[in-house]
Amino acid sequence: MSQFLRRMRKDPYLLTGTILTGFICLLVLWGLICSPYDPTEMDATARLAGASSAHLLGTDHLGRDVLSRILYATRVTLWIALGTVGVGAGCGTILGALTGYYGGLLDETLMRIIDVLFAFPSILLALVFVSLFGTGTSQVVLALGIAFIPSFARVVRGEFLRCLVQPYVEVARLQGVKHMRIIFVHILPNILPMLFSSILIGFNNAVLAEAGLSFLGIGSQPPYSSLGRMLSESQAYLFNRPGMVLAVGFVIVVMNLGFAFLGEGIKRWAK
Amino acid sequence: MRGILRKLAGAVLTLLAVTLLVFLAFRLIPGDPVTALLGTEITPERAAQLRAEMGLDDPLLVQYGRWVIHALGGDLGTSYSYSMPVSSMLAGKLPITLTMSLMAFVLSIALAIPLGILAAKHEGRIFDRVLLALCQVIMAIPPFFSGILLTYIFGIVLRWFTPGGFISYERDMVGFLRYLILPAVAIALPKAAMAAKLLRDSVIEEAGKDYVRTAYSRGNATMEVMYRHVLRNAILPVVTFLGMALADMVAGSIVVEQVFGIPGISRILLTSISNRDYPVVEAIILGIAGLVVVANLLVDLLYRLLDPRLREA
Repeated sequence: MSQFLRRMRKDPYLLTGTILTGFICLLVLWGLICSPYDPTEMDATARLAGASSAHLLGTDHLGRDVLSRILYATRVTLWIALGTVGVGAGCGTILGALTGYYGGLLDETLMRIIDVLFAFPSILLALVFVSLFGTGTSQVVLALGIAFIPSFARVVRGEFLRCLVQPYVEVARLQGVKHMRIIFVHILPNILPMLFSSILIGFNNAVLAEAGLSFLGIGSQPPYSSLGRMLSESQAYLFNRPGMVLAVGFVIVVMNLGFAFLGEGIKRWAK
Repeated sequence: MRGILRKLAGAVLTLLAVTLLVFLAFRLIPGDPVTALLGTEITPERAAQLRAEMGLDDPLLVQYGRWVIHALGGDLGTSYSYSMPVSSMLAGKLPITLTMSLMAFVLSIALAIPLGILAAKHEGRIFDRVLLALCQVIMAIPPFFSGILLTYIFGIVLRWFTPGGFISYERDMVGFLRYLILPAVAIALPKAAMAAKLLRDSVIEEAGKDYVRTAYSRGNATMEVMYRHVLRNAILPVVTFLGMALADMVAGSIVVEQVFGIPGISRILLTSISNRDYPVVEAIILGIAGLVVVANLLVDLLYRLLDPRLREA
């Protein structure tokens, strides 16, 4: 912890990243502990109201408090991103580790497929999977997660190839340590910093992709809206209430920027 | 030459693999297009008859083979929900999406290359730092949000264009292109920022190598070393990135089309997905997969052009 603080003073990336991510965490806590209103509560007398002391960011077209909705949507977006990265990084790490470690024909074939999938735009891949699984929050998590496997598998495989030739792996092999133990106990901890930084990048891509899908009306379903969904809903009121769009977009940008800087900072630290 | 042929064969195989995967995936999931098509008027006899007509009773590989042969002849099948040929459904929309993506692509190259070189030349100084920070921020703004911002600034505050007032290219070519500028900017910005940063880092790394010092010590001018030696090597990773970005931009335009109310392929793709109109979805996926493969081939060719060492391989 103190190491982290000392490093933060030296690296502006880590500092800004921590501050911005901290801001997002505060939003989440605020929503969890004392959200001003129920995000789904509608007030028919106050539709599209401007900012006031009762509604700090005003209300939307159904009279729901915009601030409470943003606090809620931030949580939805983070959960979806977390699930997506969980699926993508989990499967990707196992796949990349096994193919990188064992090599051979299986590695060749799998990497061929993964190269193709990697070049394929992930939002389109997710669209295809969504059309297979159906719309809904958990389906989107699965669809995006699968779409993210290739990028994680590539990173982990590359790192494994780099580690394989190092003396400690050779020593472990000569000592007769079991393959699985070498993979997960000896090599994996060594690539964690690299993996962590790609997880943060993946987190960003997940936020962006989910926002894109929700924007198209495919992601999270109302009233449990994510930030992307809110953005597409509030676009219709851009003329009368530009503040609503700006507030939602601001949170997305801060979230992305925070994770990007944090990832960059950690990558530099690992070097 | 042999290398190129091998790449070409690989590209065709890749295309076949992707389409086969998509084809099988759509056939294996629950949900029957015949049921969706007949709706409430469904009877077992009608359903069986229609299924036979659409060739859905044949083995999957036979269906796939038939689809490939037809696709080679330019026949992409018939839409289930609109019962018209997919190719004519897409024919009117494709030019819109492709023009927009191409504009975005050209724009991002035009922005990224000069800015990347300039930043590298001023490494560590104010211009470089400001540009880097700006690139970071721009990369964090999703295209649809920057699209909304551009609509607000140029459409509502400055009134330079009418939001949602798309002009068809058949009616007014100039108006059509002008309407596409802002969406193209929205798509191009994050890619341009990424490419500029990549080029900057790459030029700086390359400029620190021994051969550059040798070139200087032999009395070459700064500009000549920069453009003849450094840039030629430094641009290779940027070429790879831009090649991948091309397909990304086409996919990204799907979302941005919704923001600006542009009737490109995005609406067709979305309705086809929710209607399970497989021939349409498959055709669009095939198109984008084709684009990915072509972009990859172009990147390979460019590499050979830029780096003579690769020509032998």
